[in-house]
Amino acid sequence: MNFLQYLINGISIGSVYAIIALGYTMVYGIAKMLNFAHGDVIMIGAYMSYCATNYLGLHPLVGLVIAMAVCTFLGITIEALAYRPLRGVPSLAVLITAIGVSYFLQNAAQLIWGSAPKNYTSIVSMEPLKIFGGGLVITGEVLITIAASIVIMLALTLFTGKTKMGKAMRAVSEDRDAAQLMGIPVNRTISATFAIGSALAALAGVLLCSTVPTLMPTTGSMPGIRAFTAAVLGGIGSIPGAMLGGILLGIIETLSKAYLSTQFSDAIVFTVLILVLLVKPSGLLGKTVQEKV
Amino acid sequence: MGNKKRLVEIPSNTFLREEDLGKPPVLDVRNLGIDFGGLTAVDEFNITIGQTEIAGLIGPNGAGKTTIFNLLTGVYQPTRGCVLVKGVDIKGKSAAHVNRMGVARTFQNIRLFSQMSALDNVKVGMHHDIRCSFVSSMLHLPGFYKEEEKANEKAMQLLEFMGLSEVAEMPAGSLPYGIQRRLEIVRALATKPSVLLLDEPAAGMNPSETAELMEQIRRIRDTFHIAILLIEHDMNLVMGVCETIAVVNYGKIIAKGTPDQIQNNPDVIEAYLGKG
Amino acid sequence: MRKNLTRKHRSSNLKTFVLVTAAFIVMQLLSSMGMLKSSVKGQLIPICVYIVLAVSLNLVVGVSGELSLGHAGFMGVGAFTGVVVAASLRNMVGNDIVRLLIAMVCGGVMAGIAGGIIGIPVLRLQGDYLAIVTLAFGEILKNIIGNLYIGTDSSGLHFALDASNIHMEPAGKMILNGPMGTTGVEKIATFGVGFALIIFTLIVVLNLIHSKEGRAIMAIRDNRIAAESVGLNVFSFKIKAFVVSAFLAGTAGALYGLNYSAITASKFDFTTSINILVFVVLGGMGNIFGSVVSATLLYILPEMLRSLYDYRMIMYAIVLIVVMLFTWSPQAKNWIQLASNCGVMKRFLGQRKEAES
Repeated sequence: MNFLQYLINGISIGSVYAIIALGYTMVYGIAKMLNFAHGDVIMIGAYMSYCATNYLGLHPLVGLVIAMAVCTFLGITIEALAYRPLRGVPSLAVLITAIGVSYFLQNAAQLIWGSAPKNYTSIVSMEPLKIFGGGLVITGEVLITIAASIVIMLALTLFTGKTKMGKAMRAVSEDRDAAQLMGIPVNRTISATFAIGSALAALAGVLLCSTVPTLMPTTGSMPGIRAFTAAVLGGIGSIPGAMLGGILLGIIETLSKAYLSTQFSDAIVFTVLILVLLVKPSGLLGKTVQEKV
Repeated sequence: MGNKKRLVEIPSNTFLREEDLGKPPVLDVRNLGIDFGGLTAVDEFNITIGQTEIAGLIGPNGAGKTTIFNLLTGVYQPTRGCVLVKGVDIKGKSAAHVNRMGVARTFQNIRLFSQMSALDNVKVGMHHDIRCSFVSSMLHLPGFYKEEEKANEKAMQLLEFMGLSEVAEMPAGSLPYGIQRRLEIVRALATKPSVLLLDEPAAGMNPSETAELMEQIRRIRDTFHIAILLIEHDMNLVMGVCETIAVVNYGKIIAKGTPDQIQNNPDVIEAYLGKG
Repeated sequence: MRKNLTRKHRSSNLKTFVLVTAAFIVMQLLSSMGMLKSSVKGQLIPICVYIVLAVSLNLVVGVSGELSLGHAGFMGVGAFTGVVVAASLRNMVGNDIVRLLIAMVCGGVMAGIAGGIIGIPVLRLQGDYLAIVTLAFGEILKNIIGNLYIGTDSSGLHFALDASNIHMEPAGKMILNGPMGTTGVEKIATFGVGFALIIFTLIVVLNLIHSKEGRAIMAIRDNRIAAESVGLNVFSFKIKAFVVSAFLAGTAGALYGLNYSAITASKFDFTTSINILVFVVLGGMGNIFGSVVSATLLYILPEMLRSLYDYRMIMYAIVLIVVMLFTWSPQAKNWIQLASNCGVMKRFLGQRKEAES
């Protein structure tokens, strides 16, 4: 019974990772850059929803919508100001800029909200589900998180597969120059990707803080790295891969904390990642691209 | 021109230069084949190259010529058959190992070390010739500079041989196309090969450069006494410099022989021009 | 003319050595005349440490062309090895400098071994995958160090992964206390040794670049397939660069660890790795002198911004972004071009030309 409880908790935290990883993977697939500031957008989203509910007294759902809207705008702005001017330069230069953006967001949050942790109230007001006469408790947060991640993955899969914008995204990710020549507005497509990724980050921030109710300027960085790891584990650039990687990572983390060692859970998670990459260098569901001689 | 007349036909429909007779071939390829997924890219490829032969490999675009080069240099592992370099099978060997067994190559889409100088490109080719331990590399122990000077000298000689001494200190990536092609040849020669594989050495060259290249290819053979196998679309070059020619289409050899024989072969004409 | 080739390398290397030495002498003089504030004095050894870290990371990122995000892990291995070695040699080696040097060599060797163990699986991966795996290894190293308990008593060193398992004599002394880190470390690091370490690092890295090994490493960076075609075993050269880099980071880490009475493993996390990477990229990839300069400037930048109090880290972030945009973006290059074509620059250059003629 305990095992089942841990498993469900693992899937729940894994679902949060998955939602963040989806944003990472889309941005990586299309803009070909590691957006290290992604984790900090999560934190901004959580603060936004916190402010909306605690300071303005709005309904949590309205707070969520505001958080997503602000982060969408933030994502587009960051892309336009910091990343777009660097299109076509070596990826390492863009990476460092992304690190700069990440520092900026963290320190801006610290200036605005201070470094002391805020006590976040969960936006979910659902009664916990008790199964087996209370032997297994599934909280509302867990149910909502898992459901949200599944809905998002399906929606994104449909979006990239069926819509015009989704097809444009796939084309840009395959070959940016060729897409440009075919008349696809590359800049607008990349903006849209950042918008979607950042809105998802806001949602992830709200769900994350509903489960783990402390909110600080550094709240986003570790889940950000975890989610990045998850995206790579699943095969970066692949939407189902991000989902699979996120959930696996959450399960591994929770189970290793429960059964192996609390202190070494980080080491265990990262060891699994390394082992997977050694066997499958492009991740679980990633495509292998061979250099042509 | 005189060289061509001294070819001797040996069994299995191949030719050897008179001076290579009785000596083991430098390259002996038997029944080579490779499949990519279900697609057979190369099949039943046989070729023997004598120690100082200049051979050509021609065929329409997409016939599998570069794939054959990749098989001969250990970049790809064959699905069938084997490649013997001076009698030793290269099966399972890495590209680096195959080079050290005596096979050097150039690339169709030039692959130089573009941020390094032309001279350094050649010195990279001489890597295994330079006697210097790793510790000495880090600390520049006595003897380091002497060895380095020796390497400079030799690299300059090689560059001079191909008429490139002027550009020795220029970054390889900034050089004109034709010079980059020749630099790739110098770098390949610096590895002291027994057989040199040239992948479209004249691509992008004008007629006078091509004529010069023909002269240089012969000079390489005569100076270093090595075999050369080249892929080329420029028929003037192929017919002018190669002593034997193999024609491939759809991954298979459709004709082998001297330039005269190839030029009059109906199968070859059909492969290139289609059926009339 | 051929002799010039090696001489040219030597003269450009010489510039780096002369400037570093000059900076050292100036700082020493200022310090001995009592003209340095103690806060500045306290920065001298960390600056040496970060210069060595930046130069050694440049060997991997700039020269070998592999993005590594775990450099702080090697620094951490070196730091804690150094602290343990220095503590256990306390009664055997009287001279602090000798003890420091031994500790640094041991720290370097341990970090080098860690580099080898990590490099063998990792360096088969490419690009961003290599980056994430080095990040993962850095975090694993931090995680392990952060849960290691090491103590010393009359019977020697005791190791444990759990505080309750260490079985020491009551008189024994803990050196490394799990997540609490090191405590009561004797601060034996000196600025002079820091300077010597910089010089040693520069000699090793610059010599390596201008040798056949360095050429091979750069050739692999420029074009892996071509490097294989001229007989270079790609993997072995990548490993060499990685291990040398880890060794140097370990020596710097040992110096760092012995400069503070207490440090925790959390110091050697991903953020520190990233900071070192920022030094390397801003200084110029493969540009060793650039790494020295940018590590120094960027290390003191937050200090100089101290007057801005709370705003200093946000200013640092803005400076970082603006510098990246200005050095890399094609538009910025155009503006600079434009400005130099028509504006002040032209007049300035014109005047200079007149003065010259």
